[in-house]
Amino acid sequence: MQHEPLNILLADDDEDDRLFFKEAFDEIKIKTKVQTVNDGVELMNYLNRKDIILPHILFLDLNMPLKSGLECLKEIRESKALKDLSVAIYSTSGAEEDIERTFLKGANVYIKKPNDFATLKKVLSEVVSINWQYHTSGLNKENFLLSI
Amino acid sequence: MNVICRKMLTEQLEKLDLNYELLSVNEIRIREELSSQQVSALNASLKDYGIEVIENQKNALVQRTKDTIVDMVYNEDNLPAVKISSYLADKLNHSYGYIANLFSEVTYTSIENFIILQKIERAKHLITNSDLTLTEISHKLNYSSVSHLSNQFKKTTGLSPSVFQKIIAKRRNAAAQSEQ
Repeated sequence: MQHEPLNILLADDDEDDRLFFKEAFDEIKIKTKVQTVNDGVELMNYLNRKDIILPHILFLDLNMPLKSGLECLKEIRESKALKDLSVAIYSTSGAEEDIERTFLKGANVYIKKPNDFATLKKVLSEVVSINWQYHTSGLNKENFLLSI
Repeated sequence: MNVICRKMLTEQLEKLDLNYELLSVNEIRIREELSSQQVSALNASLKDYGIEVIENQKNALVQRTKDTIVDMVYNEDNLPAVKISSYLADKLNHSYGYIANLFSEVTYTSIENFIILQKIERAKHLITNSDLTLTEISHKLNYSSVSHLSNQFKKTTGLSPSVFQKIIAKRRNAAAQSEQ
């Protein structure tokens, strides 16, 4: 059965990370359309455009110039149009305080950036699959927390 | 709820002058070929009520599989005495292999994972909305022990039940304060 591809958006200022991320999505079974933006300001400008289809999930790097991931997350949760967007934090830190802080700010998923490509593929595939269940199976989005 | 839903469906379908039959709350059989205009008119009229039309029989079977699983997870009295695979096959009138393959194809996950996800979702709800202890919740959801539930919770969400509970409670507090 043919699905429409899932729309994925990644905000990350590191070019290599963006590249790995796209390649990982090319290689997983789930069909996706990946868009990227390079920093927080570009991200918020993009999300606030009227002519776009909102992504099924946003992957958000925490440390970005101009506007940090946490500032973007705060704006997203305070915006009427964006507050229900699934947000996956994509970070190099695996510290428990960082994880808890981002969940309290309204993140749904916390991903510690894996060091190898095979793990990255596995992690992204799992996140997208679980996110899809929240989209399609009437699960309560308030309880959507995943740390991976 | 079902009564309202039926009445509303009936009204909308009559309005579109379709030859139909209501099979269950989730299923309608339409006894004629629909033109694409009719399909979009139907979609549009039901969309106002938050109802999504699932068009083909494969998707309908997946939806029935999901409904059966959810019913199983939420009504512990309905827990089948037989193995879940034979229960689903029997209830849905297809071989388990067929149901399982179709399910993975359409939902991006397996039946086994979907059942775990649903059970953990119910556990989340009970952890944050009831006074039940984790041990009581583990019995209610038919886990062999509280540690089995704890482990599966951690494996599914990456968080322990107590950390999950703490985060949701803090979020609700923060939301309540910002409303004041």
